[in-house]
Amino acid sequence: MVEERQAQIVVDRLVKRFGSFVAVDGVSFEVARGEIMGFIGPNGAGKSTLIRILCGLLRPSQGRALLAGIDVALDPEAVRRCIGYMSQKFSLYNDMSVLENLRFFGGIYGVPRSEISGRLRFAVEMAGLLGRENALVATLAGGWKQRLALGAAILHRPAILFLDEPTSGVDPSSRRRFWELIHTLAQDGVSVLVSTHYMDEAEYCHRIALINQGRLIALGTPQELKQHTLAGELLALEGDRIGDAISQLQTAPGVLDVAMFGSALHALVDQADVRSPELQTRLNSAGFANVRLRRINPSLEDSFVHLVSASRSNAGAPA
Amino acid sequence: MQAASGAMIEVSGLQKSFAQVTAVAGLSFAVRPGEIFGLVGPDGAGKTTTLRMLASVMRPDAGSIVIDGVDVLASPEQAKRHVSYMPQRFGMYEDLTVEENIRFYADLFEMPYGIWRSRADAMLVAADMTPFRKRLAGLLSGGMKQKLGLICSLVHTPRVLLLDEPTTGVDPLSRREFWQILYSLRGEGVAMLISTAYLDEAERCDRLALLHAGAAMYCDTPAGLKAHMPGAMLEIVATDARRVGELIRTLPGVLGSLLIGVCVHVHVDRAERRSDIAAALIAANIVATSIEEVTPTIEDLFVALLEQGHSKESA
Repeated sequence: MVEERQAQIVVDRLVKRFGSFVAVDGVSFEVARGEIMGFIGPNGAGKSTLIRILCGLLRPSQGRALLAGIDVALDPEAVRRCIGYMSQKFSLYNDMSVLENLRFFGGIYGVPRSEISGRLRFAVEMAGLLGRENALVATLAGGWKQRLALGAAILHRPAILFLDEPTSGVDPSSRRRFWELIHTLAQDGVSVLVSTHYMDEAEYCHRIALINQGRLIALGTPQELKQHTLAGELLALEGDRIGDAISQLQTAPGVLDVAMFGSALHALVDQADVRSPELQTRLNSAGFANVRLRRINPSLEDSFVHLVSASRSNAGAPA
Repeated sequence: MQAASGAMIEVSGLQKSFAQVTAVAGLSFAVRPGEIFGLVGPDGAGKTTTLRMLASVMRPDAGSIVIDGVDVLASPEQAKRHVSYMPQRFGMYEDLTVEENIRFYADLFEMPYGIWRSRADAMLVAADMTPFRKRLAGLLSGGMKQKLGLICSLVHTPRVLLLDEPTTGVDPLSRREFWQILYSLRGEGVAMLISTAYLDEAERCDRLALLHAGAAMYCDTPAGLKAHMPGAMLEIVATDARRVGELIRTLPGVLGSLLIGVCVHVHVDRAERRSDIAAALIAANIVATSIEEVTPTIEDLFVALLEQGHSKESA
């Protein structure tokens, strides 16, 4: 996705310390113009600290971050003019109308007087709220609120857009419409940084950065992360009382990990085609009936769990 | 619905309105011992209201709730004894440690030390929280707070566990540990009712009800639900996925399409459309790496049902 395009966000060996605690530990990456980058990582991994630095709200201890060519440490005010920020949790005033909210954010972001009416119309249309401009935000359903919050965040035509768990709690149809809008914005050249705990949200991104303990531990497209991070292949096992077979499987040769998933077991094995018949025999002779095994593609969550666990067990080792 | 006999939770014709808003509109389902049942739907679908009524903190306008053979509306106190309810914001003491919070809940339910101690230890290990026993609850990360809430909800060996969006804001690793604890309760015969707005989480439940506007659109196992999916799902991988998406929409038999990164998911009326689509892509000079039929996700199903306007009660 990066190709020859110009980078809108450049993060170069960024470090942030709070006393002796290192919240961000030498992170580097770039986001191209029109690229959607997902930011994932465990609670407390340093994602929020990093985003606060990029928004010009915190000064880095070391390293550099450039947004649209501007150094955040040198000119945070100028950085704030070229970014938009939207969070599902708190973005709109419920006791104000659609238009009042938009005017308020237009004022905050310093949208020029000559442009404001055009931008307000654009945001109302994008949110699908034509004819409901005077409705109180409290009366809107989740999907509309969310699109309105997005409209408010881009009133000033930011080159860079930050989204913090943007679609949590909305229905899937609204979520899909939301992501279509995000892809349209990206198509128009906006760079988007999405922070989320939900892997299905991360799947919509062009590339994903995985942060753990302040470090960038993986960077790639969702497909790359799914295909190249697991140290083996995944099998799904179904059958009667299959949940009781965990200990049988854990001691079987070639089995690296076993976990329950719904009514099935997921087993990580070194070679699926070799281990599949072996495990079938082993379980049958241990008295498990109707055992069915099939190879499955790892999910983004599988990669996440694997990468984070692996980096934790390496903690302390030199990076 | 399931045969009434043997169910730990039986809900029938449940209704609740607030002013002009109908939150729950005639909901029925049953949960067996050892079963994990999901109430799945977006905010405002009626999940929290349903759980509150089951926990006897709110009275329904109509319908009945029977838990472990006890009529919850007639004898709420008796019903509550074996029910544990974990609301979205679980009430733990932020200025007490992990250990002290667990002890507090154990004492509240008058559990003998020998019983709660070993249960709590096993759950702390499963939650990967043993190193944090002495940490103040207020200083835990979001994921750990939720796992502590679950442990506190379980020290008194309930028969029914009600969980309201327990994994909101929780990272995938903690979420997995959280679910492993739930799976371990199946063997104890605990009936678990869990609400979630995340459709990928629905795949982890034994059975689930897809909620929309206070009613169940369908109620089945995840695999059973997918069998209701009209048509088939194709996945097209292409470097210019956007152009694929634009072209696809104009083709016959295409019911919907969705751009996900470098993939386009296409909902078609039948899987045989695959060859027509491949031909159309070639004719338009668009290079696709692969076109494959894929298993629909619960989200695909939910969207397809909503778009069909299917608001069918499970009967």
